[in-house]
Parts: sequence; structure tokens; C-alpha cells
Amino acid sequence: MLDKLLAALNETERAAIDDEEYNILRSVVELLPTFAKEVSQLIPILQGIQRKHGYLPRLSLDMVAAHVETSIGKVYGIATFYNQFRFNPPGRNPIKVCLGTACHVKGGEIILENFERRLQIKEGETSDDREYSLERVACIGCCALAPAVVVGEKVEAYVTPSKVEGIITEIEVHREMAARELEKNEAANE
Amino acid sequence: MSSPKELLVAAAEKAQEKVRKLKESSSPVIYIGCATCGLAAGALETIAGFEEALKTNGVEAEIRKVGCLGHCYAEPLVIIQNPGFPPLLYQKIGAGEAGILVRSFLKDGSDPCYEYLIGALEADENFPTLMDYPRYLYESRVVMEHCGLIDPNDIDHYLAVGGYHSLADGLEKGSAWVLDEVKAANLRGRGGAGFPAGLKWEIARGIEKSSKLVICNGDEGDPGAYMDRTLLESNPHQVLEGLALAALAVGAERALLYIRAEYPLAVTIMESAIIQAQEKNLLGGNILGSEFSLEVSVFQGSGAFVCGEETALIESLAGNRGMPQPRPPYPAVAGLHGLPTVINNVKTLSTVPSIIRNGHQWFRSIGTADSPGTAIFSVVGEVEYPGLVEVPMGVTLEHLVVDVCGGIKDGKELKAVQIGGPSGGCLPTSLMGTVIDFDSLKKVGAMMGSGGLVVMNEDTCMVEVARYFTDFTQGESCGKCTFCRIGTRHLRDILHSITVGEGTMEELDDLEELCHAIIKGSLCSLGKTAPNPVLTTLRFFRDEYVAHIEEKRCPAKMCRPLIAFYIDLEPCARGCDACVACCPTDAIFTTSNRKKAIDQEKCVKCGECVYACPPEYDAVRRVSPPHMIPDQGVKPLTEKDEKES
Repeated sequence: MLDKLLAALNETERAAIDDEEYNILRSVVELLPTFAKEVSQLIPILQGIQRKHGYLPRLSLDMVAAHVETSIGKVYGIATFYNQFRFNPPGRNPIKVCLGTACHVKGGEIILENFERRLQIKEGETSDDREYSLERVACIGCCALAPAVVVGEKVEAYVTPSKVEGIITEIEVHREMAARELEKNEAANE
Repeated sequence: MSSPKELLVAAAEKAQEKVRKLKESSSPVIYIGCATCGLAAGALETIAGFEEALKTNGVEAEIRKVGCLGHCYAEPLVIIQNPGFPPLLYQKIGAGEAGILVRSFLKDGSDPCYEYLIGALEADENFPTLMDYPRYLYESRVVMEHCGLIDPNDIDHYLAVGGYHSLADGLEKGSAWVLDEVKAANLRGRGGAGFPAGLKWEIARGIEKSSKLVICNGDEGDPGAYMDRTLLESNPHQVLEGLALAALAVGAERALLYIRAEYPLAVTIMESAIIQAQEKNLLGGNILGSEFSLEVSVFQGSGAFVCGEETALIESLAGNRGMPQPRPPYPAVAGLHGLPTVINNVKTLSTVPSIIRNGHQWFRSIGTADSPGTAIFSVVGEVEYPGLVEVPMGVTLEHLVVDVCGGIKDGKELKAVQIGGPSGGCLPTSLMGTVIDFDSLKKVGAMMGSGGLVVMNEDTCMVEVARYFTDFTQGESCGKCTFCRIGTRHLRDILHSITVGEGTMEELDDLEELCHAIIKGSLCSLGKTAPNPVLTTLRFFRDEYVAHIEEKRCPAKMCRPLIAFYIDLEPCARGCDACVACCPTDAIFTTSNRKKAIDQEKCVKCGECVYACPPEYDAVRRVSPPHMIPDQGVKPLTEKDEKES
């Protein structure tokens, strides 16, 4: 199925698919048969792909459509209707800024702006080095801790612009430490 | 052959024995609130802190993860059961406090650390009890009775407090009896609309179809409400028992839990709860040896506010976009795949076991005649003790905000209460006497909604709040009805132009006209209620709209295009750099007399310097409109100044 879809693409479209995306698509081929060929399975299938790979590559929608024997438009319609689905890979440090009512009243918008300024990406984007992605979410249900931000799996409470700085610095320090550790280990192995 | 009741009593006795052992354990037991909110406040660090301290001090103790007590302001919450003491509830316990508690209380056994203590869970002469606090005294916990006190991952904890007894009773006395009890109790749907659950069940029960379906709606999408999540995470079996009783009354053999995918912990806990209930034969085939069987599965919602609407939820289950459908046929008659489908909110189902256990008369004795029972609110915003609050229906807003939740923080003035989320309205202080029930709130233009309640003080701009909610509903409109799809967009655009100081007075009339058109022209309650925040703010806070339009002034000093910050040179301290360090855009510079000033070109008005400025100086001022900044003759520090000094 995948080869047929790839063959149908034009030169530039094919060139845009890198090895990483190709491997994801290959694993989607294996994932699909675990779901029934029913339209009612559309959302669980898309959730399954996203759970495993973090996003929905464009071609995976075509594959899902072929699997449940429906139009690509229908699958695309579902994937874009629901807030959960995304079409670009998330960063290694996905940042979700809560903009529920309580967070909004307490300045969530300003926090989002600070992340945008600090990371030089807009809401909904992933940084070029794939280190960060930035999203707004409508309520993570931690209203009493507003404004709240989810970094990776961790919820940060009572975030202020200077805490934004602190969050990013912490991530960078950890990254630096991991890099040094790796270097040290490599040196030791040699 | 044993009856369902006998089988249950046997299981419950074993569970009670197990829990009694834990309660009477000779070594201490530490219960830590680990629902999503607790985790957000750092419960995992607290656990790590306890584990390490127990190890280094050589103390034997068991750590149990429990759900949420609803006291979000005091998270992370810890209950310590130390032999010789009543169970004690502690607040704001981080890793450091955990170490101190282990050392002074568990190891030496002498000092119960009063500085972190809230109170004892049981009456005791040496400790204040929880009932000494207004928050506990005024609350009346029916649905949340066991939340935060039992282990949600262990079915035995629920069985030990009388869990599943109602289901066993229902199986003994028959499905008609269950239906009659719930009908007589007049349990109204807690999802917002307040439709009597018993009636819905009766409709579905009356349809002659071999296969029927019951769905628990846990697609809590209202920004600002999280009680459904808390109930799912803290007492999952109560939801399952309610679901089973609903299925029994309706005659359904299949049930679904529709939970938001954004609530991963709730999904995990519910999935594990289903398996545990099946193992004990409380779900699955021939429940407790009866004829009644029920298959329960979890479906993860993909995040669409409109799916809170029954018909939209059904569409999404069928693998379509969540677009509401015209009613009739009502889902209770023909829902998913044409089968009779009963959809109830998490809170509604969680209430059912207590009604069956205590009888409909008991339930009707709580709350008001037309809205019996309790209401759960997530009270957040500028209130002293935010969190989940369960109060009887019929109390006033004032009682809820001031008496139960401690009033407004930092001695500020209450300005408005936003109730019911994006479908609700903003009520001014003059309406704080409004009684909380389904009908009274509707009368003043708000609604129960899902129970989100945001308390706002003088620093919150009502126009901005209306814009925020309209922005939300606009984004969540499914696009089916023209007035909702395009009308909300225009609403938002007009509100936006007002908040940036570009609105006109004519637009206020346009807003009102548009609101009424959207209400008329929309199929589902998302569209029908979307204008509520706009209409209520226009009605109660019109002067704020006028100030934005005519004076370009935001009275709450919140709308950023209409405000500016400056530093009052008088109190600003020479040589202090607190604000400079915090400014994200380096907009603060040193003046010729070594005080600080803000470069208005660079300033993004985030307000961080207001908090950074030490309270003894308190020199940062906020003004609206921006041209109100006084001329203080500020000059940047030059090299010449530096040499001269």
C-alpha cells in the first residue's frame, strides 16, 4: 500500500519525505491491521498513530483512508476537526501553555508570548532543531494553580515570565549535562 | 446459590478486613494526593522526599497514593496515619517538609508539626478537626465523600466504604425499582442542562430493542472545570457503579466511558478499575450471579468542546466529525447506530449509588425542591481557597464565594463571578444573592453549565473576559450552523476591536443584535449559549465597554494596548536592580539619578516588574490610557553622570 502511495507522489513531494518519516509510515503499515476496517475506528486509529509517533504524517492519512475504505477527505476532515491531532512532529520538549479561563485571567497569554519570544517560534510550531514545540491548550484542569504550563509530562504551576526563563534554562542545563556525560563516556570507552 | 447481596457482603467483608489491617497498621501509613492537580503541585517530589527520609531515618512506613480532596490551594496534601494519633491532614508538603515530618513526627513520635497541619480527620481533643474550618463545615459531600481518602487503584478501598452495595440492592430489587428511585429523587443531569436522568432512562427503557447503550460523558471541555476528571481519578468505582445501575435500569448490556484524551491519568485509572471490577464479577457477564451482564469499555475523546452535546458525542463515536444533529429523534430513542443510547454526565452517574443506598427521600432532603442534591463547583480565580467545592443546591453565590471559599484574595474587591464557563454569564456583585440551582441561574442569564466558577476581582476586564469566551466558542464551533460559525467570528472581531481601543458605540448595538441572532439561528446549545458571556457583560458592565470605546481606557487596566507601565521615581530605590533582571525584553534602563525607568518602545506590558519590585518600594505603576504616564524628566544614565558621581 505504501509503495503505491509513494509512487503516486511527484518528485518534490517524494523528496520531502525523509528517512524518519519513511520509517514512521512503514510502522503505520504494521499498525493498521490491528484495527478493524470500520469507519467508527477512524479516531482510535489516528490516536494510535499519534500516540506512537507524536504526529500524523500526511501520507499516513491516505493509508488510514485506504484501510477503512473511505475517502481521504473524510479522514482529513476528522483529523483537522479534533484538537488532539497534529501534523508536524512535536519537539523533544513539547510545551503546552494552558489558556483555560483561570489561566487566561491570570495572564496565560503573556506566558505564551514569553515562550514565543524566548524560543523564537510561534504557537503551533516546532523549532528547527526539533528541541521545542509550542502549543496552546484549553484547560488542563489545574485551574487552582494558574497560570499553568505543561513541559513534557510535567505541569509547572504559577508560571511567571521569569519562570519561563527558568524552565528553558533548566532544560538547556540538562541537555548540556547529558551531552557532557555522553562525551565523557565516549572518551572513557576509547 | 447465593444472592447478589450475599456475594457482595462476602467480598466486602474481605475488603474491610484488608483495609482495617491498613488502618490499624502498627507502622505509619502516608497517604499522598496524586490526582493530576496534586501531581502538578509536585506530589511526585513529595513521594520521593518521603521515601528518602524514611530510608535515611530507618523508619518503616507505607506510602499510598490517593485521589484529590479538592483543596487545590493546599496541594500537595498528605494524610499521615501514625499509631497513637488520629489521621492528620497536612498541607503544602514538599520534599523538604516531608523530611521534617518523618524526622520529628514519625521517628521521634513527639512533634506532629503543627506548622503544616490542617487538622485531624477524626474528632480528637489534642487537635483541631477539619470541621473547625468553614470550608469543611459548610460543604456537604455526597459525591465527593470518599475522594482523596481512598486508593483509586484498589477496588477493595471502595468496597470497604460500602461500594457496590447499591448495585447489589438494585440486582435484588429489580431494574424497575432502581428507575423508580432515581425518578422519585428527581436527579437532574449535572452536565449543565438539568434534564431529569430518570426520565431519560425511562424513555430508553420503553423502547423495544434488544441492544441498548449507556454512555458516561467524561468529555469535560469547559475551560475552568475539572470536577469530572477528579471524580474519575479519585473514585473510579463510584462512576462504574452508577453506570452499571443506569444500564440495569435502562436494560443495556453495553456501556462506554467517553473520556477526554487530555486526561491520560483518568483513562489509565478507569481502565484498571474496569478490570478489577470484572475480576470481582461486579462488571462483565452475569454480575454477582444475576441475569444482568454489562460490558464496559473506554473511548478516548479527541478534544472537541461540542462533543459535550449528546448528538455530537454520538457522531464522534461513529467515526464522524462531532457535529450535533437535530432532535428528535432523541438519543434515548435512537442514538449510536440507531440504538437507544442514554448519555449521562460523570457527576450524574456518581450521584446514583448514594440515591440507591439512602433512598430518594434522603436525596430530596438535600438542596431545593426543584433541584435536589448537591452541586460541585470548581471555584477558581481570585479567591482565597480555590478548589472543588460540593455544596447543597440552593445556597447563594455569596455563601459559596465568601463563606466557603474564604472570599477575595489580597483584600481586593469582588467584581464579578463567571459561572458556567463559555455558556454561562458574568454576574456582578449585586447578584451575589442569587441562589444556586438550575432555574435561578438561568433567570439571571447564566447557567449551571458544567460547574466552572471563576471569581474575578477589580483587576479583571469584563470586555476582555467576553472576548476570551467568544474566542473559545468561535474556535470550537463545529461549523454546521451559519450563525454560530460566522456570527461568533464577528462577535469576536468586534470585541477584539473594542479591547484594542478601536471600537465604536454603534458596534455595541450590533453586538446585541448579533447575539440574539446567534441564539435563534443555532441548532445546539453551544451556539445557543455562546452569546451569554457577551450579553451578561453588556447588561451588567456596560460602563466598561463605554470606557474602552470613548476614553480608550480599560478600567481594570488589563487590556494591554490600552495600558502602560512606568516607574514612579519617588519610591524607586537607587541602585536596586530587581526589575531590570526580570524584564524579558530589557526595556528597563537606569536613569541619570540611578533610579529605573521603562523604555515604552521596548516594553511588552507583561507586568513582571510589578511583582519583581520589592514591596517596600512598590514603585511600578500601571496606567490607562497609556498617555497618562506623567513626565518625570527621565534621562538615561550617561558616562558623564557616572564620572561626576
